[in-house]
Amino acid sequence: MDLSFGPEYEAFRAEVREFLNDHGDKAPRNAALKSDELISWQKRLIEHGYTARTIPEAYGGFGAEPDIIKSRIIAEEFADARVNSGMGGQGISMLVPTLLEVGTEAQKLEFIKPTIHGEMVWCQGYSEPGAGSDLASLKTRAELDGDEWVVNGQKIWTSTAHLADWIFCLVRTEPDAPKHKGISFLLFSMDTPGIEVRPLVDMTGVANFNETFFTDVRVPKQQIVGNRGDGWLVANAILGHERDSLGDPNVTLTRLNALTELMKTETVNGERMIDNPVYRDRLMQIQGRVMAMRFNELRILSSRINEGQDAKLARMVTKLQGTELRHDLEGLAIDIMGEVGLSYEDNPYTRGAGSWQSQYMFFLGLIIGGGTSQIQKNIISERGLDMPKEPKFEMGAL
Amino acid sequence: MQFGLSEEQVLLQDNVARFLTDNVPLDAVRAYADGGDDATIWQGLSELGVAALLIPEEAGGIGLTPLDAAIVAECLGYNTAPAPYLGSAVMAPTALAASGGDHTELLGELAAGSKRIGIAFGEAIGRRNDAGVTVAGASLDGKALFAFDDAADAYLVASNDKALYLVDADAAGIKPLTTIDKSRRTVELTFDGSSATQISDDPEVFNTTLDIGRVMLAADTLGAAQNMIDKAVDYAKEREQFNRPIGSFQAVKHMCAEMAAGLEPCRAMVWFAAHALAELPDEARLTACHTKAHLAEVGKFVAKTATEVHGGMGFTDLLGLHYWFKRCGANRQWLGAPELVRDEAAALQGLA
Repeated sequence: MDLSFGPEYEAFRAEVREFLNDHGDKAPRNAALKSDELISWQKRLIEHGYTARTIPEAYGGFGAEPDIIKSRIIAEEFADARVNSGMGGQGISMLVPTLLEVGTEAQKLEFIKPTIHGEMVWCQGYSEPGAGSDLASLKTRAELDGDEWVVNGQKIWTSTAHLADWIFCLVRTEPDAPKHKGISFLLFSMDTPGIEVRPLVDMTGVANFNETFFTDVRVPKQQIVGNRGDGWLVANAILGHERDSLGDPNVTLTRLNALTELMKTETVNGERMIDNPVYRDRLMQIQGRVMAMRFNELRILSSRINEGQDAKLARMVTKLQGTELRHDLEGLAIDIMGEVGLSYEDNPYTRGAGSWQSQYMFFLGLIIGGGTSQIQKNIISERGLDMPKEPKFEMGAL
Repeated sequence: MQFGLSEEQVLLQDNVARFLTDNVPLDAVRAYADGGDDATIWQGLSELGVAALLIPEEAGGIGLTPLDAAIVAECLGYNTAPAPYLGSAVMAPTALAASGGDHTELLGELAAGSKRIGIAFGEAIGRRNDAGVTVAGASLDGKALFAFDDAADAYLVASNDKALYLVDADAAGIKPLTTIDKSRRTVELTFDGSSATQISDDPEVFNTTLDIGRVMLAADTLGAAQNMIDKAVDYAKEREQFNRPIGSFQAVKHMCAEMAAGLEPCRAMVWFAAHALAELPDEARLTACHTKAHLAEVGKFVAKTATEVHGGMGFTDLLGLHYWFKRCGANRQWLGAPELVRDEAAALQGLA
């Protein structure tokens, strides 16, 4: 057991802290997508290597060698300072790693730089009304007509589709092949004729999701990532990537600290909530769970830099545990406020700009999204504990 | 940076696990539960070096770390092994070393496994009924409940105000206290001007000893709960109903996934807490409290759920699963129930 990162990394940490100290106040908070403010901050982060760190310079990145510890130090320090650590979104977190893995050189040159600089915003066209947990049953089809794919069908849960410039989309190109082998991965502009985006208001009151309809949308033939019929493999390579990033214990720790502060200031009948033993015990229970997940994360990190250390199961449980924990944490904040915890939007009694309420609901969304908790439990039991799969029934067999 | 067990630690784990698999199968646990003793088991473990693990080399020990000790505790929990490990090999040596006094001879006897020291800490953590231990000069008065174990040569007794005393078993009245956990035994100690040797009146010595005790109980639960998950998963793969293994039903496999998802992060937590005891003094006490409390909660969940996965068989004595269920239950209450320990955690942070 050796928890020190060594002098080289401590020097790097000091460097990150100095940057945050000097520039942290320039970081945007709640800036709109593609706003000048956000784009210039993103540029500054890339120049210093604090985001898009390992993406080659040829594609607009910082071009550093992958270094898991440095990435972690950056994440820790930005979370600790509560400074915007760069743009997220599905283009940056999912499409770019995919293109780096399986894209053509032309695709890398065309798409990666504007994406990581926040100038090209993407949405993800995966789920459909009839294809959620069983994503591979998707029905949106694309047929080759000369040099173009012709796309018809419907997607759902397309986050930011109303703001996105482009979409990466799973479509069925081989209708006669088995369901996992008939899918292709296409990229196309959201300005293409035949696309209709209808907002889908979620429980937080925000319309970040959409339903997206395609009617004879014509896509140039070469805008496919990977081969025809390999779309499932292309998409799966990054689904794992998405799960890893949900419920980050460093962010959860930041929220726990904010909750503790909240409990020191909120009162009922003049008594601070932190002084109420029932609520305090709930806080301590959450603190214990956060601790367990932080140490679990250290173990996972260690397994990535040390040969022969197995942390497979530790990794498999992070999405399930991390999102449920965050939901419980945000829910406790609401409970300690009682009726005040119901305040939302323009209510003058709202605390933390309504973040406790919106995060409480948002994390319920994350419990469901990115592979529901139930799908996670299937994965943990079948791949982690080697338990038998649910027998598959063919339609009409019953 | 390396967060995990070293090669030597994996080797230690393998050795202790192999010994326990060979020498403490369920039948041996049953024999102990039926009134047998644990002398042979403790002798075998002592020959492996388990009794000497934490004792400094100059006192005849091996001088390993609390993390090594936690690895052994996990193995003992995995096998619900009867052994005086918590008192004789962990808490007593820790208190003796932390006291600053010269206890070389006693430590040597503990290291050899030829002497057993039990622990009576309950009255300094949370007094129940009319129990309590007071001090008058060099003697103790009062009563200590649920002291562990029943075959100790002497007891390390914490007075109400957290001073530590060593009392010969002969100098105290000893009455067995039957509990649900038959894999370890507890007693009631009665003191009536019983002559005692002060080990330390510094509450920090008491606290340091308590911290390591709590982490060991958490590690014991980690092992016991892991075994229950392993058994539940194996059973669910074999047992068939409706012409399929019950483990293929999501209702059952999700129970197993929930257990694994709860327990797996506990492994890292126990490692960290044990490591912190020796290396991170600022974090040691808080992580010990949280680890004790969190493992108590996860252990309780796993104990219940794994039993349910076994259906009616889980409820019987035939499988003996209840020994693990009760082991987790006892670990939860010993040295501070989770609510009390979390209250300490809050106080440590100035929140209570």
